[in-house]
Amino acid sequence: MANKAKKLMGDELLIKNGHVIDPANRINRKCDVLIADEKFVEVGRVRKPVANVIDATGKLVVPGLIDIHVHFREPGDEEEETIASGSAAAVAGGFTSVVCMPNTTPPIEDETDVEYVHRKARKARKTHVYTMGSITKGREGVELAEMGFMSQAGAVGFTDDGSGVQDASVMLRALKYAQMFNVVIAQHCQDDKIAGKGVMNSGYYSTILGLPGLDPLAEEAMLWRDIQLVKKIKAGTVRYHAQHISTAGSVELIRAAKKLGLPVTCEVTPHHLLLTEKCCAEYDTNYKVNPPLRTEKDIEALKEAIANGLVDALVTDHAPHLQSEKELEFLAAPFGLIGLECALPLYIKSLIEPGILDWPGLIRLMAEKPAKIIGVDKGTMSKGKQADVTIIDPNAEYKIDVNTFRSKSKNCPYNGWTVKGRVEKTIVGGEIRFSAESCPP
Amino acid sequence: MAEKGKTKEFKWQRKHLLGLRELTAEEITYILDTAQGFEEISARAVKKAPPLRGKLVVNLFFEDSTRTRNSFALAANRLSADVVEFTKKDSSVSKGETLLDTARNLEAMGIDIVVIRHNAGGAPTLLSKCINACVVNAGDGYCEHPTQGLLDVFTIRKRKGSLKGLKIAIVGDISHSRVARSDMWAMTKLGAEVTFVGPPTLMPPKVEQLPVKISYSLDDVIEKVDVINMLRIQFERLGGNPFPSVREYSHYFGLTVERMKRAKPDIIVMHPGPINRGLEIESEVADGKNSVILQQVTNGVTVRMAVLFLVNQAAAEKQAEAQNG
Repeated sequence: MANKAKKLMGDELLIKNGHVIDPANRINRKCDVLIADEKFVEVGRVRKPVANVIDATGKLVVPGLIDIHVHFREPGDEEEETIASGSAAAVAGGFTSVVCMPNTTPPIEDETDVEYVHRKARKARKTHVYTMGSITKGREGVELAEMGFMSQAGAVGFTDDGSGVQDASVMLRALKYAQMFNVVIAQHCQDDKIAGKGVMNSGYYSTILGLPGLDPLAEEAMLWRDIQLVKKIKAGTVRYHAQHISTAGSVELIRAAKKLGLPVTCEVTPHHLLLTEKCCAEYDTNYKVNPPLRTEKDIEALKEAIANGLVDALVTDHAPHLQSEKELEFLAAPFGLIGLECALPLYIKSLIEPGILDWPGLIRLMAEKPAKIIGVDKGTMSKGKQADVTIIDPNAEYKIDVNTFRSKSKNCPYNGWTVKGRVEKTIVGGEIRFSAESCPP
Repeated sequence: MAEKGKTKEFKWQRKHLLGLRELTAEEITYILDTAQGFEEISARAVKKAPPLRGKLVVNLFFEDSTRTRNSFALAANRLSADVVEFTKKDSSVSKGETLLDTARNLEAMGIDIVVIRHNAGGAPTLLSKCINACVVNAGDGYCEHPTQGLLDVFTIRKRKGSLKGLKIAIVGDISHSRVARSDMWAMTKLGAEVTFVGPPTLMPPKVEQLPVKISYSLDDVIEKVDVINMLRIQFERLGGNPFPSVREYSHYFGLTVERMKRAKPDIIVMHPGPINRGLEIESEVADGKNSVILQQVTNGVTVRMAVLFLVNQAAAEKQAEAQNG
């Protein structure tokens, strides 16, 4: 296996006749992509004969997709997902890079932990796996974790995701300290006092279902606070990223922050664009997710934000859980749903089909801009860059079937949905790591 | 006397009673009419009838309860069913056996009806999707308490003949009350006008989207209503400090003798029990001539008999259909 892979790397690979979309280089036309030594050699008309050819006629050829928000559960909850199974799911979904969240058991909080993730990822040999480190030790929100050592080891940012840093003084200290390392500080915006024990959006449905609600204010209050903190930080030294924003109010806060030119970015998930609180009406715990599914009004606001360029990344928040955990009462079941293997068609459904984004716009938010947020030199097909490519059949129509997923978990509310757009091939560093033909859906 | 609904052509179809929100006015009326037919059994010297003979009812209670649990047990006994008590306080969440495993184990023992009380809203729904036995909700979190809602409208109907056009106040911690929710669904479906009364801190989110009026002042509504239902302040459910003190709460929302002087002379005073005497209701009022609090308890048994009878009948018919089909 390893030998074969090595041999391929030395060879040239030509992706012929596809429709290439590379927003960073303003390419949006039919042409060829030549790859050699793991790198892009040429994007254009390639006439020389090449041994390895992929015929991409009728397909889209785009820079490898990047998901900066996944949970691979390793170490600690390997029964739900491992870095190997998550990586396989990632390439099947067209993702050539992912960023793991550090809320594992124990959390990723020093350089050894970061190296552990990288080592497991190399062994899996599927997608590029990056990780964020915890902002605070034990994700307890009290003392800063070793951001310096972790970023030296390759951590691409810091977050206590799963919860927000509650203490404003700790968050301010984190932002200040991080100025030394030019990294992104990401926040799961949730004021725990306002959130209480909420398990779904606070509103009409939480009231009639008799479930404690999560008020949108819990998200917005912390986002507002963080933006005030970011104002206190010297420009150009640290970046702030609001994870999975879900409310119309958060959109307004992001709009205001960007208007002031603050280094603030944000991300949105498919479920906050496609599903509402109403989905919880039958107590199906596959719809229990945090931030919770909101309302039509919030979906409209998020879509409008995406159309207006206020959103910087589309992510999955892929959060695997065992079926036995999800079979519990809505009150007791864990938050989270998986999305790596269906994110692309879901984004096509929610953003391309209604005309909110065109294809270059989508690829920008799924590759180019996410790479910038985490500060890695990816997301484009520029000459000399590592050859990460996703080949997509935009017209293939099929039913999402969780039983075909590579993920170890099946907690996916989209099972049975008819969608359009299939990942045909995923090429990581010039090597074909996923091919739809060899793994029929 | 109480009116009988137009239920001649109607056929009861549900093998579960999960909540009153999903029921039609016709279905609710049908249960009440069935209950009315059962009243006579409780008045007999030998308080027993045979419709559930050989059937096994499990009282699966994950929360403290004496009144509701005993009421269901009595109802099942009067219909000749066998009753197994299964109390598992607070064992539901995360630790130990899951709800579904517990239920599957019970089902393996051959139960016919599960009466479930649980601290999580939706637990009966979850159960009904996974087992074959009938599921009757005896209170789930602060979602619903359908048999309480039914016995409340049954009690009102007995006194007033009909709910149509009645003005009803439900007073107290609406936010955490499953009784308020089930009452609201039943009462409004039967044509009453319901007002939720309590401090804003005890109103649920988006309460204005519910089919009720809202008032923060008991004094404003006391004169206008035909029925007043005083909810128990459930200290075990109150998070934080939704009102400054019991003293202040009683001052604004307690049903006192003083306040009763301004009420309609034939007002019905209800309370789902157990009563915090002197807190939400003064003893003289709870025990007074307008109070139907003990009739509620009596009617509870009757209504639960009707519910057990109907779900069992629907299950038997469904089974017969499946065998014939």
